[in-house]
Amino acid sequence: MAERPEDLNLPNAVITRIIKEALPDGVNVSKEARRAISQAASVFVLYATSCANNFAMKAKRKTLNAGDVLAAMEEMEFERFLEPLREALEVYKKGQKGKKEVSEQKRKEKEKKANSENDKSREDEGEEEDEPMEEEAENEAEAEEEVEN
Amino acid sequence: EEETNYDQASGNKKTISLPISRVRLIMKSSPDVSSINQDALFLTTKATELFVQHLALSSFNNGSGKDTNTLSYSDLANTAQETETFHFLTDILPKKILARDYLNSLEQMQEEEEADY
Repeated sequence: MAERPEDLNLPNAVITRIIKEALPDGVNVSKEARRAISQAASVFVLYATSCANNFAMKAKRKTLNAGDVLAAMEEMEFERFLEPLREALEVYKKGQKGKKEVSEQKRKEKEKKANSENDKSREDEGEEEDEPMEEEAENEAEAEEEVEN
Repeated sequence: EEETNYDQASGNKKTISLPISRVRLIMKSSPDVSSINQDALFLTTKATELFVQHLALSSFNNGSGKDTNTLSYSDLANTAQETETFHFLTDILPKKILARDYLNSLEQMQEEEEADY
């Protein structure tokens, strides 16, 4: 999929909403200012990514992780973000866990249903053992799927 | 993409508004980045939101907008120049000068040149 220039921008409506929520009630924001903040936000993402990537490379990892991003914030002198970021991550992880459990549950119920309908006997024992390993890969796949939304 | 601030599955308030997929696109355009784990993606998105809030509020407080009750481009440009943590933005938020001031200084330069002859 080719990247179009506008794809590297963030949606104006959301940016505007975030700005309005941060400012005192009734403050106007010029169109130019809104556009500039949106561009600044994109630059921020690039700068943060580059910084976080340095930490990952130093640790000889190919995948950027949460610690890298937090380290980048500190490096960029945005320590004020660290606490709210950690809290938000907690909430997010709990939510993700809940979602996974729900979809696991649904999947199991589907299988049960298929089993009884087909009247086949399955090796439940074997399946149970495989699950912990599968979960890792499934997690990644699911995660990618969610992100793609 | 979901427009609501509520997670449709759990009914809880979402912790972020910006679309993760878009942020991921921007991150992937950075050279040398191979892959990004889910938590890192979330954190970057959240950090960007915090950044937008911080930039907007700092610029407003710092600028002349308090009289006009408006946040203008020049507030942003000034803040980028004056605040160290926002220095990385000076290239994309350059200060602007009025066209007539620029023309005046051009004229002045020409006059000075001619005076030398």
